Amino acid sequence: MTDTGIGAALRRREDPRFLRGAGRYTDDMNLPGQCYAYIVRSPHAHAKILSIDSAATSSSEGVLAVFTSADMEGIGGLPCGWQVNNKDGTPMNEPKHPVLAEGKVRHVGDQVAVVIAETRAQARDAAEKLNVNYEVLDAVTDMNAALESGSANVHDDIGTNLCYDWELGDKAAVDEVFENAHHIAKIDLVNNRLIPNAIEPRAAIGDYDPLSEEYTLHTTSQNPHVIRLLMGAFVLGLPEHKLRVNAPDVGGGFGSKIYHYAEEAIVTWAAGKLNRPVKWTAERSESFLTDAHARDHLTHGELAVDENGMFLGLRVFTKANMGAYLSTFSTCVPTYLYATLLAGQYKTPLIYCEVKAAFTNTVPVDAYRGAGRPEATYVVERLVDVAAQEMGIDAAEIRRRNFIQPDQFPYQTPVALMYDTGNFQDCLDNALEAADYSGFAARKEESKQRGKLRGVGLSSYIEACGIAPSNVVGSLGARAGLYEVATIRVNPTGSVSVLTGSHSHGQGHETSFAQVVSDMLGIDYESVDIVHGDTAKIPFGMGTYGSRSIAVGGSAIVTAIDKIIAKGKKIAAHLLEASESDIEFKDGQFAVAGTDRSKSFGEVALTAYVPHQYPLEELEPGLEETAFYDPKNFTYPSGTYVCEVEVDPSTGDVEIQSFHATDDFGKVINPMIVEGQVHGGLTQGIGQALLEGCVYDENGQLVSGSYQDYTMPRADNVPSYTVKTTETPCTHNPLGAKGCGEAGAIGSPAAVMNAVVNALSELGVKHVDMPATSQNVWKAIQDASAS
Amino acid sequence: MYSFNYQRPSSAAEAAEIIGGSADALLMAGGQTLIPTLKQRLTSAEVVVDLGGVDELKGIRMVDQMVSVGAMARHAEVASSSDVKNAIPALAELADSIGDPQVRNAGTIGGSIANNDPAADYPAAIVGLNATVHTNQRAIASDDFFTGMFETALEEGEIITSVSFPVPSRAAYMKFPNPASRYAIVGVFVSQHSGGSVRVAVTGAGSSVFRVGEMETALENSFSSSSIEGISISEDELNEDIHASAEYRAHLVAVMAKRAVAKIAN
Repeated sequence: MTDTGIGAALRRREDPRFLRGAGRYTDDMNLPGQCYAYIVRSPHAHAKILSIDSAATSSSEGVLAVFTSADMEGIGGLPCGWQVNNKDGTPMNEPKHPVLAEGKVRHVGDQVAVVIAETRAQARDAAEKLNVNYEVLDAVTDMNAALESGSANVHDDIGTNLCYDWELGDKAAVDEVFENAHHIAKIDLVNNRLIPNAIEPRAAIGDYDPLSEEYTLHTTSQNPHVIRLLMGAFVLGLPEHKLRVNAPDVGGGFGSKIYHYAEEAIVTWAAGKLNRPVKWTAERSESFLTDAHARDHLTHGELAVDENGMFLGLRVFTKANMGAYLSTFSTCVPTYLYATLLAGQYKTPLIYCEVKAAFTNTVPVDAYRGAGRPEATYVVERLVDVAAQEMGIDAAEIRRRNFIQPDQFPYQTPVALMYDTGNFQDCLDNALEAADYSGFAARKEESKQRGKLRGVGLSSYIEACGIAPSNVVGSLGARAGLYEVATIRVNPTGSVSVLTGSHSHGQGHETSFAQVVSDMLGIDYESVDIVHGDTAKIPFGMGTYGSRSIAVGGSAIVTAIDKIIAKGKKIAAHLLEASESDIEFKDGQFAVAGTDRSKSFGEVALTAYVPHQYPLEELEPGLEETAFYDPKNFTYPSGTYVCEVEVDPSTGDVEIQSFHATDDFGKVINPMIVEGQVHGGLTQGIGQALLEGCVYDENGQLVSGSYQDYTMPRADNVPSYTVKTTETPCTHNPLGAKGCGEAGAIGSPAAVMNAVVNALSELGVKHVDMPATSQNVWKAIQDASAS
Repeated sequence: MYSFNYQRPSSAAEAAEIIGGSADALLMAGGQTLIPTLKQRLTSAEVVVDLGGVDELKGIRMVDQMVSVGAMARHAEVASSSDVKNAIPALAELADSIGDPQVRNAGTIGGSIANNDPAADYPAAIVGLNATVHTNQRAIASDDFFTGMFETALEEGEIITSVSFPVPSRAAYMKFPNPASRYAIVGVFVSQHSGGSVRVAVTGAGSSVFRVGEMETALENSFSSSSIEGISISEDELNEDIHASAEYRAHLVAVMAKRAVAKIAN
């Protein structure tokens, strides 16, 4: 290992610009002649738009245009990227998601009109004068209510709020196992709705060049090519060669910036109409009302167990809230990213899952750090703990007994996935030792002396990352391929520009990808530049989500480098007057095997661009290669988390005392960046477990619509983490890397909640729903003591 | 934010003159509530009168064995004042628990109590210590100052100049913060004064700060947390929101009061 190569804990090269406030974000960009868009949004959760009078707005100072859906004839709806079918094989209900509301608004914040003016303040002043006449309708925000007959209908043309009724697994076979099971552990739980809250609010600038007839969208996106495809092909009808999408520095996404949002289409379209750049930047309160929300499941789960604590079968019935419209990847989250993970780390032979997805008058829900996998882990790991407690088996022991064993890989689960590798026992042992699991009883006693209830919770999670083999997801309804693309451009003097379709918005790709390239080519880390985010520069790409960047994007880079090395060998063979098959490439040198004759990488690069001594009849000059890498399988990061909490029984306050994480991410490129990713994920998961909860009132108003009421985790809410890794390399990609971005958020909620319930079990508490706020815990204690 | 005129007078008299001459003027002290409210367009004004340049409203000093805190004293100044820390450490601790460092270095005692947010900390100290609020027109006893949710006894054109706190024998403030805003879901200020009189003032739980007479009497008889064991607060008229029901708030008042007493007794 070199000090800048694979495995080096290199400091992030992007940090100096971020820490100095010198990042270049979308809102930092100001184009000549730029004007500003303000979106008029619905104050109602559900209403008919009877009329819109824009006269006073249009004549307001500085106003350039007022647009409503009536002005956008021929513009398509925002598309959904994944078709899920019902149990009977019929396709899901897929209502139109108009760019601007057409006759009806369906959630508070739904976009009704856009006002464009010379300044942002003028646009907003004028927007207040827009007279929208609404007929307010009954709203439905609760999934159970939405799925009952007689509920308010979010989409009149569908006639039901059911998006789909989907299943995975053989229900009859699973039910049969339950009939004779020794024990059945049951749970009803809420996977609480979250609001993402990236630090940078969404922003978009549309631009139009009348000479080239080319549109440009600068936007806060995790996947600019996907936006170009969705917006160009489905919404605005613009061909790719006339549409550039640029996502510069992006201040966090967590999934919420994957999707194609209406504002992107609005500013792009309006720039063409006005022949001027149009900028829109969300205010934080708009982020709460319009960024896709997360999670929001209601689940009943049952685990059948034999007398030895071995799992026989699992059945899970989930209702998932889609919100008012189908966001880009909303439909696959509670299905193919959820039910397929219900095997967890266990040999459970039979699994059945049913998911009913509901439309409600709330903000659309979509993928958020973990996306389906935190929900699956939470169901499985809570049920495992319930079974352990009810059967009097230690929580670690029941997991150990049921783990898939190292010699069973590749392992075909009953829920479609084929795990390629893993060592769950090793992770568990590592985490238990780090956490001094055997010393818990003494710590519990010490807490008791101070009037506190101490609990310990385990979570052994698995996730499917490295999304995804295109043919597999295609057969499951995805309307896109999920490969990744990289171009390695070796410049004449030997420096390297890497054009990657992965987008970095906090992940540190500019550092870790450069480490891979530097390591493989044996060249100085500083001579490698990572270029991402601009469709005008990058050949193509599917972007960053699902912990896919190193596993898929990194593999594309490796594949392209392999092509570079192969061509370099041909050039070196010519220079060295040797046979190509005798050339070895190592440490930046092309050498004739068994001799001291060699050419450096730089000499070969220069020769490729100054091809005087070059086999021009057989080989093109230049040294640039592109690879499209389509993964052969998902990757399966896994791990065990051990959390200890103290509960103050007088107030219900929960304090995390320690958190030990052991993850198996396969090969790690930069351990410092990986640790940082785990810290971030754990903090988000702890936020979900203890703090964050999106609340709507019965009229569909967002009660938790600001930081006054929506509790983001802060430094004093989390402990100092202990993060360790084990390594069973991924077997099917060239780096052996599995991905690490989501693990913390996937595994931690169950660990925290198992610890909370463990602490309260002596009071008779069996379950607490997330978020385990002080009030909720206190209430659970009161309810248990009353019963 | 709607447009407004901005004035920065250098004396309280000048400030009073400006607001007297406008039908729609707002005083700004630290601006920690006013600025966000203006930014969200929830309020507007013809003129915003910034008191930041009025030196006579600043400073903390001992006057007649009372701690006199200027209306424009920042929370961070109160928290770090040696006079406050020596005389009423619980007041310094309370000030140090408000908001975050940015808020504490901008927000003022005068602005806080004039706003009378039901979840603010300072009202508990003002009532819990039986302080006196001085204005450019008069002195107002603590029990008369806070009249309801976001309501005070201040008249049109009246400007708080300082708050004078009697020095108690012992005092403590216990806060159970809202997890999101970190305002008080419940904050209880308990003080014992020479002669044995006790005050128990509660913020966060009701529409405005209130005293708990039953606890005060019990503590005057015997100052220990066990003497208020079993005294419950009616949940009628207590605040309810997504973070705390009235029932939970009533429970927390009892817990925080006991903890404040225990802290003093220890």
